[in-house]
Amino acid sequence: MSHAPLAAQFIADRPRATWHDQTLWFVRSKRDKAAQALPEWEELRECAAAIKAHTVAHLADYLEQFERAATNRGATVHWARDAAEHNEIVLRLLQQHQVRRLVKSKSMLTEECHLNPYLERHGIEVVDTDLGERIVQLAGEAPSHIVLPAIHKKKEDVGRIFHEHLGTAAGATDPNYLAEAARHHLRQKFLQADAGLTGVNFAVAETGGIVVCTNEGNADLGTSLPRVHIASMGIEKLIPRAQDLGVFVRLLARSATGQPITAYTSHFHGPRPGGELHLVLVDNGRTAILGNDEFRRSLNCIRCGACMNTCPVYRRSGGHSYQTSVPGPIGSILAPARDPQTHYDLPQACSLCGSCSDVCPVKIDLHHQLLSWRRELAQLGFLSASKRLGMQAMSFVFQRPGLYRTAGRVARWLVPKLPRALVYNRFNPWGRQRELPEFPRQSFREQLAARRRRGQSHER
Amino acid sequence: MPTVGLFIPCYIDQLYPRVGLATVDLLERAGFRVEYPEDQTCCGQPMANTGCTAEARPLAERFLTLFGGFDYVVAPSGSCVAMVRCHYDEYLAGRPGFDELKAKTFELCEFLVDVAGVAQISHRFPHRVGLHQSCHGLRELRLAQSSELVAPAYGKAQQLLQLLDGIELVTLARPDECCGFGGTFAVAEEAVSCMMGEDRIHDHETAGAEIMTANDMSCLMHMAGLIRRQKKSLRVMHIAEILAGYPV
Ligand code: SF4
Repeated sequence: MSHAPLAAQFIADRPRATWHDQTLWFVRSKRDKAAQALPEWEELRECAAAIKAHTVAHLADYLEQFERAATNRGATVHWARDAAEHNEIVLRLLQQHQVRRLVKSKSMLTEECHLNPYLERHGIEVVDTDLGERIVQLAGEAPSHIVLPAIHKKKEDVGRIFHEHLGTAAGATDPNYLAEAARHHLRQKFLQADAGLTGVNFAVAETGGIVVCTNEGNADLGTSLPRVHIASMGIEKLIPRAQDLGVFVRLLARSATGQPITAYTSHFHGPRPGGELHLVLVDNGRTAILGNDEFRRSLNCIRCGACMNTCPVYRRSGGHSYQTSVPGPIGSILAPARDPQTHYDLPQACSLCGSCSDVCPVKIDLHHQLLSWRRELAQLGFLSASKRLGMQAMSFVFQRPGLYRTAGRVARWLVPKLPRALVYNRFNPWGRQRELPEFPRQSFREQLAARRRRGQSHER
Repeated sequence: MPTVGLFIPCYIDQLYPRVGLATVDLLERAGFRVEYPEDQTCCGQPMANTGCTAEARPLAERFLTLFGGFDYVVAPSGSCVAMVRCHYDEYLAGRPGFDELKAKTFELCEFLVDVAGVAQISHRFPHRVGLHQSCHGLRELRLAQSSELVAPAYGKAQQLLQLLDGIELVTLARPDECCGFGGTFAVAEEAVSCMMGEDRIHDHETAGAEIMTANDMSCLMHMAGLIRRQKKSLRVMHIAEILAGYPV
């Protein structure tokens, strides 16, 4: 199903859709306050965009530098061309170490690669340890947001899920009680785990180190207890120097949740004593985007989620309506690059309001890229025949002023005379909840001509 | 007397003649000669926004031919002006007269403030008014500061409205949320579009507005459609109608 009908389903439960909108708007408001507190905010954005543009332009060099530096620190670097290769590498590593139980901290990349079901098919227990991710994992769903994976769940929903899976009291909804139960449950999982997998927020080419930002400290637990740490990252996560982190860390948490910094900003430089650190660098379509002038800037993304929180469509349609691991504006740009056949509808799920472009901490011109995708996809033949025909007809009329005038006159004369059922029916989506404008007898040009004939300056 | 080529978007020509007339009045009162090129139709935005560039291109070319010769080009629409200034490059870059056309094409409020220097308006408008910031005027033309950016606040439409005696501009909870019109989006994503519109209306009602105004009639057409269906008392008026002193 495409985005529009799924969005309509989401909105059919109007109180829930309104709650979802308001919850995310609250996050956007917190972001505004945090950003407004830094007078140099726009300078930071400029700087971040410039660093990313530079890095992406020299990506091959920085990747090699990173590999050398990380290897020198005792980490092992693996390269994965696509999702399948990534999953195979992870599985091989786990099998080599006889891992039965894996704890994961947040990683959108592993969502993108569908790692969990793959590992489970191979007999490995995978536990997402981020609270939100654990909630959706227990519910058998995908995250609906990249920073707030369970944002579509109300506390009543969480109470039900925990009652069923963790044995909490029936009907319990107190967030503290539920969080405590989850903490207890996860502690067991941490202790039992044979390996930990994390995502990566930033990888520093100069030092070979990686940085993981979390609010729950679960990445630290998941990498301190088991001996083996696997970190999966897209190749666009690189930044050149350690000092560049100052720019990005300041932008990331403020943009994501309005916090000055995430509760934990964990730096990993090589494996801990007696342990192993494996870095899996994944392409999965990224170099194809890199080669495209129009969409290259989408690789700047630091996955802060701000474009989702601000998107008036996302807030009212929910993350699942996008049917892709990264939803919202940035997801609607990345998904068709990977698979236009499946995701060609996403760039149209946008009113082109442009709020995402102004909120984005790395200044991706998101709404212009969405517009470019519409053009690209239309050229690839992914425009519905009805839309294409409609636009051809409109263009034909608009190129012929006489025909345009006549068509306008006929419509303004005819439509008001038609019986209501002929105008308002299932073929007219405009009229399902909206009235058409009242058609005036005379167009502007007719009235202006009449006024000028009369030599009046005014007609009211 | 400098001459303004009046650019009236197709749907205003056909459906909202009063907005066009108010625009003429405002420009003439500001001391400009107004000419209306009879052969104009549509700027091509619906086609361009659907990705149909082949269908949009001839309309962009016509536009340059029709409007290239004026001192200024002015339209009562941020969205259609944004099409010319921000999106015609794809069709017209390098054409003689195109850079000049971009530089002299203005949205009405922007023109009144920046070019005509309108500093007073004589009539009264004793009403509580909510200003809906239409997105393309806001984030493409930068007619006001958008709420996402950390930069000094300003607003050209607001500046003009405040010249009216007796007007009270209400404070909205969400200063510049999209109304959900979005061209073909309004029908392709009908459910989201209508919910966005209703939320926008609700924000105006809660703030106590009697009248909702905007630089773009397309946003108002969408919201007026919802208002009339639900028989609400909120009225909509294009900002040109208010500034020209037309009755509510
Ligand atoms: S596109 Fe920009 S706003 Fe959206 S998630 Fe990426 S960095 Fe954040």
